[in-house]
Amino acid sequence: MKKIISGNEAIALSFEDSGGVFASGYPGTPSTETLEEVARLGNVYCEWAPNEKVGLESAIGASLAGGRSLATMKHVGVNVAADALMTLTYTGVNAGLILMAADDPGMHSSQNEQDSRNYAKFAKIPMLDPADSQEAYDFVRAGFEISEQFDTPVMLRTTTRISHAKGIVEPKGKIEPKVGAWEKNVPKYVMLPNFGKIKHVTVEERLLKLQEFAETSPLNRVEMGDTDLGIVTSGISYQHVKEAFPAASILKLGLVHPLPEKKIREFAGKVKRLMVVEEMDAIFEEQIRAMGIPVHIGKDRISLCGEVSADIVRAAAGAPITAAATAPVENLPQRPPTFCPGCAHRGLYSILSKLKVYVSGDIGCYTLGALPPLSAMHTCICMGASISAAHGMAKVNEIAGRAEKPVAVIGDSTFFHSGITGLLSMAYNNGSALVIIMDNRTTGMTGGQENPGSGQILQGEPAKQVNMVDLVKVLGIDNVVEINSYNLEETEAAIRKGLETPGPYVLVDRNPCILRYRVKKPLYAVDQDKCTGCRACLKASCVALGLTSSGEKPKVGIDPNICNGCGVCAQLCKFDAMSEA
Amino acid sequence: MNVFNIVIAGVGGQGVLMASKVLAESALASGMDVKQNEVHGMAQRGGSVISFVRIGDKVYSPVVMPGSADILISFEPLEALRYVHYLKPGGMLVYNKGTINPSTVASGLATYPADVEEQISRACGGAHGIDALAIAQQAGNAKAVNMVMVGSVLKKLPIDAQVVEGVVSALSKDKGVEVNLKALRGGGAAA
Ligand SMILES: Cc1ncc(C[n+]2csc(CCOP(=O)(O)OP(=O)(O)O)c2C)c(N)n1
Repeated sequence: MKKIISGNEAIALSFEDSGGVFASGYPGTPSTETLEEVARLGNVYCEWAPNEKVGLESAIGASLAGGRSLATMKHVGVNVAADALMTLTYTGVNAGLILMAADDPGMHSSQNEQDSRNYAKFAKIPMLDPADSQEAYDFVRAGFEISEQFDTPVMLRTTTRISHAKGIVEPKGKIEPKVGAWEKNVPKYVMLPNFGKIKHVTVEERLLKLQEFAETSPLNRVEMGDTDLGIVTSGISYQHVKEAFPAASILKLGLVHPLPEKKIREFAGKVKRLMVVEEMDAIFEEQIRAMGIPVHIGKDRISLCGEVSADIVRAAAGAPITAAATAPVENLPQRPPTFCPGCAHRGLYSILSKLKVYVSGDIGCYTLGALPPLSAMHTCICMGASISAAHGMAKVNEIAGRAEKPVAVIGDSTFFHSGITGLLSMAYNNGSALVIIMDNRTTGMTGGQENPGSGQILQGEPAKQVNMVDLVKVLGIDNVVEINSYNLEETEAAIRKGLETPGPYVLVDRNPCILRYRVKKPLYAVDQDKCTGCRACLKASCVALGLTSSGEKPKVGIDPNICNGCGVCAQLCKFDAMSEA
Repeated sequence: MNVFNIVIAGVGGQGVLMASKVLAESALASGMDVKQNEVHGMAQRGGSVISFVRIGDKVYSPVVMPGSADILISFEPLEALRYVHYLKPGGMLVYNKGTINPSTVASGLATYPADVEEQISRACGGAHGIDALAIAQQAGNAKAVNMVMVGSVLKKLPIDAQVVEGVVSALSKDKGVEVNLKALRGGGAAA
């Protein structure tokens, strides 16, 4: 039966329909819903790994044990898993293995815009690039077949508009999962230099065979039309091309690595002008040019940054773009994402902001503390970097004779992902920073996924729950203190103590995520007679707060439909104007 | 039929996604091709949300280009203004009059435009504002604002209203069916 589902849901469904046995991954927009959907469908084993490397390695083990496996992650997750990937390409697989990497051109919710197609080239493995939900479904099946036929991991690359956009999917027949043999094969799976040398040759030979396959595979198809303009494209860009030039000739690539050289040459020979439309890097264009085939329109006209659109394709080819009825209205107040009303991160950041300390940040909801008016985060690079970077800062501060101690802020999921090793280094190398772990018992930013501290697994069933304080202690940290960041006075005192005490000092806030755990507290209200309009409370940056009057010193009110009773604004008020309603 | 473009705008948590789902499922149930797309991830954190529903014989891109929306439904006035340039000439705009402060306004960094409705009328002559919260509350649940908004444009859609009602019933749980259908019809009456 036809359904309307997202690319992520289609991948999950096809994984189940294509004999999938094991799936693992780590949340990351726009990949997250894939594993959630595998769990919701409920017929194939799946789990959250603490990070992408563990996820891929577990999928490797599953493949070696004979089960078709899937590892899911966002584009930057591939960096974390890359160590495994770069040698997995040598060993190859037993049962089929797909690594799903979800790119985020336009950076809707990511810290960079890296193009995962580079990884397919780098690892010398095949990559599939679906153009809609139906192809996402079809390419999982094709991916397993290619993986097993060519003894290689296969990358399935999506972008945000493939992962999240919904389209109509017609599922194919179901393949019953079967588990193959679990064999010992030392030269194939033990990558000592002597075996690795042999396998490297195999990898290069495999790539040539895959290139032959790409020439004839229906995954790459030519849609001949008007021969004035011929466009080579793939993935979501194909849809934008069809919108812009429905009559043009198109070479649509589904297998985007390795490229079918003969097919491209033949196509280029039939059209007057060759255009390459690809989001982000010039991966196709550079390779096509290196084949000695002239590209008339490419990255000289289409940016390396951001998403492609139908109008961008039109403009690049010199065609008129869509005329709007009105111009965009300018200077509107921005509506950026912000801490939820009642979020525990708010109290912490109002103190960090007040103390004006240097905050080495990390990735999660708490990164929003970098935005005004809190403006209390000064670096955010990648998951886990807060602690290790703070350690480096502290060492240089020591060398420079600067007394100030850096503060690292990190969430529970991020700490499990890659913060533990940073803290281990700080303890081992005699470092000195204040580390604040915001243990809200969930992976908040990506929608509240379970992690080793939640006490639940992906399916929601009870699981072992790591004790954060014990974990920190065992790494060699002597000073670990639990805080309650809803209490500003106590938290400020704890932070001050941590800053004054030499050596590593860890604070752990264990208030749960109010969104994930649906925490409801008594609401607050403002006594309009007591409010002086000083706006100290507005520093909490809470959307429940708003001005109730106009004029010179407007007063503040709390919207009872939005307030979640955290009481942070009431503690910021110097006139006792706010209390439980 | 050419492709019919719907843009739904609002604030994270208002139910924009559910409204989009209702329209997309209704198109599928009517035998049409459909693509639906919104960018989420950070959307839940009170940010601005925009969702596209494109329906027709054959739909390629899931993205609506600025200047090509047949209908813009906005759950909040400021968001109507933010995305009004998505309308094509002659496109229709229906918005919910209830305002929600962005964090920039709540923290005193910006002011909510007092003349937001006049600005909307200036940008789109035929724009129509409704009090979706009141209608939703009348129907029995303040959260049904999204169904009110869907109801408000039903007559303009190339989809049969009965199909939409069927989809809403199928997607709602128990008591929600009645509330949502009331909200849908209330929205239709207010349009
Ligand atoms: C390598 C990598 N994987 C995944 C992500 C996506 N991601 C962003 S924040 C985050 C986790 C946030 O959880 P947590 O640290 O518990 O903080 P919270 O959001 O709950 O405050 C994830 C998985 C990423 N940015 N980088």
